[in-house]
Amino acid sequence: MARTHITTVINGDEVDFLAEDSTSLLNALRDEVGLTGAKEGCGTGDCGACSILLDERVTCSCLVFAPEANGANILTVEGLADAGELHPLQQCFLEGAALQCGICTPGFLIAAKALLDKNPDPTETEIRYALAGNLCRCTGYDKIVRAVQEAAMQMREQ
Amino acid sequence: MAQVHFSAGLREFTGGVSQVQVEASNVRRLVAALDDMFPGIGERLSEGSSVAIDGEILTDAEFESVPDQAEVHFLDILQGG
Amino acid sequence: MAITEENPGYKWVGTRPIRPDGLDKVTGKAQFGADLTLPGMLFGKVVRSPHAHARILSIDTSAAESMLGVKAVITGSDFPDLVANGAHPMAIDVSHNAIARDKVLYEGHVVAAVAATTRELAEAAAKAVEVSYEVLPHVLTVDEAMADNAPLLHEGMITKGVDPAPDQPSNIASRIVHERGDLEQGFGEAEVVVEREFTTKPVHQGYIEPHAAVADANSDGRANIWCSSQGHFQMRADTASVLGVSQGTLKVTAAEIGGGFGGKTVIYLEPIAVRLSQRAGRPVKLVMDRDEVFRATGPTSGTRIKVKMGVSNDGKLTAAEVWMAFEAGAYAGSPVGAAGMTVIAAYDIPHFLVEGYDVVCNKPRVAAYRAPGAPMAAFAVESVLDELARSIGMDPIDLRLANAAVEGTQASYGPKFPRIGFVETLEAIKEHPNYTAELGPNQGRGVAAGFWFNAGMNSSATVHINENGTATVVTGSPDIGGSRQSMALMAAEELGIPYESIKPVVADTETVGFTDVTGGSRVTLATGAAVVDACRIVIEDLRARAAKTWDVEVDQVEWVDGQAQHVDGSQPPLSLDALAAKSGRTGGPISANASLNARGVGAAFSTQVCDVEVDPETGVTRVVRYLTAQDAGRAISPDYVEGQMQGGVVQGIGWGLNEEYVHDQNGNMENPSFLDYRMPVASDLPMIECCIVEVPNPAHPYGVRGVGEVGIVPPMAALGNAIKDATGVRLTDLPMTPIKVLEALNEQSD
Ligand code: FES
Ligand code: FES
Repeated sequence: MARTHITTVINGDEVDFLAEDSTSLLNALRDEVGLTGAKEGCGTGDCGACSILLDERVTCSCLVFAPEANGANILTVEGLADAGELHPLQQCFLEGAALQCGICTPGFLIAAKALLDKNPDPTETEIRYALAGNLCRCTGYDKIVRAVQEAAMQMREQ
Repeated sequence: MAQVHFSAGLREFTGGVSQVQVEASNVRRLVAALDDMFPGIGERLSEGSSVAIDGEILTDAEFESVPDQAEVHFLDILQGG
Repeated sequence: MAITEENPGYKWVGTRPIRPDGLDKVTGKAQFGADLTLPGMLFGKVVRSPHAHARILSIDTSAAESMLGVKAVITGSDFPDLVANGAHPMAIDVSHNAIARDKVLYEGHVVAAVAATTRELAEAAAKAVEVSYEVLPHVLTVDEAMADNAPLLHEGMITKGVDPAPDQPSNIASRIVHERGDLEQGFGEAEVVVEREFTTKPVHQGYIEPHAAVADANSDGRANIWCSSQGHFQMRADTASVLGVSQGTLKVTAAEIGGGFGGKTVIYLEPIAVRLSQRAGRPVKLVMDRDEVFRATGPTSGTRIKVKMGVSNDGKLTAAEVWMAFEAGAYAGSPVGAAGMTVIAAYDIPHFLVEGYDVVCNKPRVAAYRAPGAPMAAFAVESVLDELARSIGMDPIDLRLANAAVEGTQASYGPKFPRIGFVETLEAIKEHPNYTAELGPNQGRGVAAGFWFNAGMNSSATVHINENGTATVVTGSPDIGGSRQSMALMAAEELGIPYESIKPVVADTETVGFTDVTGGSRVTLATGAAVVDACRIVIEDLRARAAKTWDVEVDQVEWVDGQAQHVDGSQPPLSLDALAAKSGRTGGPISANASLNARGVGAAFSTQVCDVEVDPETGVTRVVRYLTAQDAGRAISPDYVEGQMQGGVVQGIGWGLNEEYVHDQNGNMENPSFLDYRMPVASDLPMIECCIVEVPNPAHPYGVRGVGEVGIVPPMAALGNAIKDATGVRLTDLPMTPIKVLEALNEQSD
């Protein structure tokens, strides 16, 4: 089957890869690029575990065909820390025990980053709606919401 | 003598008896003694049950000692999530 | 926290440091089941039955086999016939559930599998496998399955637990019964008797990570398996049994696990991946998609439960009669046994009869789900208790307090309770401001309680002291919700060294002793006890080494704060670092193993109160406030105890309000996606407030009881009771969807 050559910037680096036209961006990232931080929980856009930033928009990478990402700028969870220094969201998730099994965590971090990039001072309700596309079966969301609140506060103070 | 209680489910082996006194130093001997009294119950007990001795629930407890006057119950093995 | 015994000066137990595996999980490095890639690895795909019940007439694999890039195709005939081998009936069921032989028993039942060089090719090859079926009539619910002349799933199924044994087969695998006293007398003594009938639907554990396994088989018959599971020793045993090989030929490594809740205690993909890998001579990865997870794994039982209970005017329960039937899915083994043991166990009731039926039907074989069996049972009984409290005008907590099991109460399932903390959880709720907070319009408040046994079982641990005085703690318990942290906290406490100096590791089946599954809320209790034992052996060894160094008797040496001290202070203390650095001179490396069949299992109780607002126009129920109090015994790791409490509650809220398996008339699941099987999301919920109650378990070194499961037991009844309080209508059929609420409201106003 024919494979398309795709050129992207992923987590700040130029990355080229090949993928079949029917391959999802998620599978291409995981199988071709070797970035397995984004997870497949459903493959139908309903769980958010595969969330990435595609040209700064939160996107379910399972719903995007790999060739559609040609020329795009992609951020995955692997690119969230800066030269080993954790993003405040990552730090607050750790300190606030906002993960149990952790399979949903990459998606939540990406969705929360997108929220805080746009809205540095969200209310609890705004946080809950911004994260409503991400499923977590372990935590009941309580500690996730609190971690995002804490990170928002820390980022505002910086 | 230990006081052994039978759940309703076990009473099909005991002809309806709900408790008996048994002298046995450990669970294996206790089960053997019960099987002498109620043939068939031994297999049922060793196949799939936990034992509670004075309130403590134990599994695979063949060699657990049975204190004098102990209250013994056999329970179904449970599955956790 | 509500605490009955103060923390006796622990330095690490009860603190909230960052979990050891956290960094890998916030940076995307953690390797979950589907994340492993091996050189030359193939992708597998499973072929599943489209029918709920059918005989397999033939399977033609030739088209699939001839496709370029397809490296293996297997069917049930590639596995040993355990029936002919005289295997245990449970082993036969596990094998036939993993891959069907002559009959398929549910939609999604595996009939064949393929392995190919790409994902896309594997999918195409799976479609090219031609299976011809003779469709058989099916039964989907306990009502259908128990009906006279119902089509049978298993022709030889004779109901167990009935005396005399029935002479005809049926779909009823077994009957359980518990009874005490005299029902007639008990109901005669009651002032009020309430009788209700409840139904619940199958619900899925809903872990976000689908099942995944990679197998790499060698030509010498050995194979390595990496999989996401709650117990890799269990996976090894069951996989070996299905393949007909010795356990010693398989090595299973536990990947990080993305949720399980009981559903990952069973094998699905592992034996198939091994067989495909053997046939292809290359590693094979199998990953389910969500649709397969719904159709072919989990769920827990749908049920029908009838409850009749009586109460005296002063609030004493006089009698209870319970009848329940649980769907087991395709093979015997619903959690009706545990349901029967837990259903009224929280209360001291003099006269009762509890009767339960395990019923097979043409749905996936049920798997354990958090406190298996207890939540549905509690939904029924706790709803009836609410009705009783209303009829005699008693506060619902006071009614429960008046009947609560305490130390010495003869539990309905037999033995007397040891020290338990049920009353303390009831009091914690009653004293909390939420319990008296003002309710708005259309709002109501509901209370419910729950009980779960917890489990002990077998665990092993190894503690190595590294040359620099740090420690590695190795266990065989897959860490599903932060257990590595609790292992490290207990080891730090024992050894007297900082938590950060301890590295907890989950090892494969060849690197640590046998360990039962992560389930039954048992890891902190049982694996924790093994860790504590191993640490104590290490400490004995360290004392002996210090005694040797000082040339004194070992009883002159104490281990305090991570160092050996001479009892009279005549020697400068020897730290763990110093002893470790010189271990070669005092007898070699410092390391100890401990294995145990855990004792002292402590029962768990939870009491919860929730406030809901019901929109009278739409019937939508919104949870506006939620508080849960649970007896943890001792919270080793309070962050993750709260996490378990909150997670359990929210799964219960989903079960209560939204979640259900919907099947069409042909027995095909209509909602096998997260879009249509709707689990709670962040915007559906308020904060879940937690009150950790600590009534230490006297039989555990740190008082641990186990916290994983009981939190899911009360929510459905708490919600139903709150809806009743808000609207006056009692819902008895889960889930309590807007449509059902509206229908009940309309009926009420008619
Ligand atoms: S995997 Fe993309 S939304 Fe679930
Ligand atoms: S932490 Fe397990 S799904 Fe969110």
